[in-house]
Amino acid sequence: MDIKVLGTGCANCKTTIALIDQIARAKGVAVTLTKVEELRDIMGYGVISTPGVVINGKVVHAGGVPSRDKIEQWLAA
Amino acid sequence: MNTLTASRTSWPTRQPILFLILAALAWLALYNTLIPASEALVAALPVDRASHLGGALQFFFYDTPKVLLLLTAVVFVMGMVNSYFTPERTRALLAGRSEGAANVMAASLGIVTPFCSCSAVPLFIGFVQAGVPLGVTFSFLISAPMVNEVALTLLFGMFGWKVALLYLGLGLTVAIVAGWVIGRLKMEAHLEDWVRDMPKMSADFEATGMMLGERIEGGFQAVREIVGKVWPYILVGIALGGLIHGYVPEDFMASFMGKEAWWSVPLAVVMGVPMYTNAAGVIPIVQALLAKGAALGTVLAFMMSVIALSLPEMIILRKVLKVRLIATFVAVVASGILLVGFVFNAVL
Repeated sequence: MDIKVLGTGCANCKTTIALIDQIARAKGVAVTLTKVEELRDIMGYGVISTPGVVINGKVVHAGGVPSRDKIEQWLAA
Repeated sequence: MNTLTASRTSWPTRQPILFLILAALAWLALYNTLIPASEALVAALPVDRASHLGGALQFFFYDTPKVLLLLTAVVFVMGMVNSYFTPERTRALLAGRSEGAANVMAASLGIVTPFCSCSAVPLFIGFVQAGVPLGVTFSFLISAPMVNEVALTLLFGMFGWKVALLYLGLGLTVAIVAGWVIGRLKMEAHLEDWVRDMPKMSADFEATGMMLGERIEGGFQAVREIVGKVWPYILVGIALGGLIHGYVPEDFMASFMGKEAWWSVPLAVVMGVPMYTNAAGVIPIVQALLAKGAALGTVLAFMMSVIALSLPEMIILRKVLKVRLIATFVAVVASGILLVGFVFNAVL
């Protein structure tokens, strides 16, 4: 599963990455987690409030740290 | 936060109306026991209630839970309200409007739209791309971090409703006027080229229906996030207010931050720029300055400058704005804040 976290490097973006990483490890799901920090690329996804999460090329979340429940749902899918 | 997942097990999200009524009742009951509880607590300690220390302790035991209770309630309600105003919806509301009334709208929406400071730049581009006029975008960006529920609740809880209302009115005025002036200056050419060349985007907004229960979950999340982060500052602020009361002379600050010193307002604004903190972080300083005789206008100018003008933010903004537009932004906002400080000191 290819997961990208969009954000310019603020605390919330780092929390988001750490949280996804932690849950993926706990569930034993193999993910490639990348940070997208370049503004131009972030805007390319049409996201205006960060952090945003992109899974397999699709924006699934924007505007804050996602909840644990939500991340688990993504990883289960 | 525009994505909230209601946890399936908690009853407040299943019985939202019942929960809201019960929570409001419990809150009121708690709030009304604050004075007797703080008195009882001091009475239980081996301190004379009439002594200076006794008075300070009672103040601390009363004020701390009072401000925390107020903040929790306001943040919870705003967490629910915020779920109606995602940045995407705000953008759709503002796109294509002409300036003037739209500046007022943008500044007001800045209060209720959830906004993380690190989103400022993506938000800025997203607004401009969707056809929100530049000046209107600035009105939003100035108001959103500066005039928010945390700042207002803390000012209300610690300094009373007059200070809070003045801050609200003046903060909105600075945001509206500064945005309008920037719009008049026709600075569109001073956006970085790649921002101007980005394809225009429609501001279409797809409303995602939310149940009341999910909004309540949003309220909980806001409380965890904001109150969880802010409470140490409040504790320090209130403790500082009580402590320095006895040890620093009452008019210590008055000589150089009082009304008579005209240069104190510009100095406060300049000092605020390199400082970068949120509304909660600046409250202890505000508390200390006011308690020691600094003039209210000077202190409010300082607070606005700390929050609205910050060096790190300008460095990020440099990615999308050319130097001249950043300089204009700083100059216009700083003048607005200066004016606020002077008018305040003159009137009060």
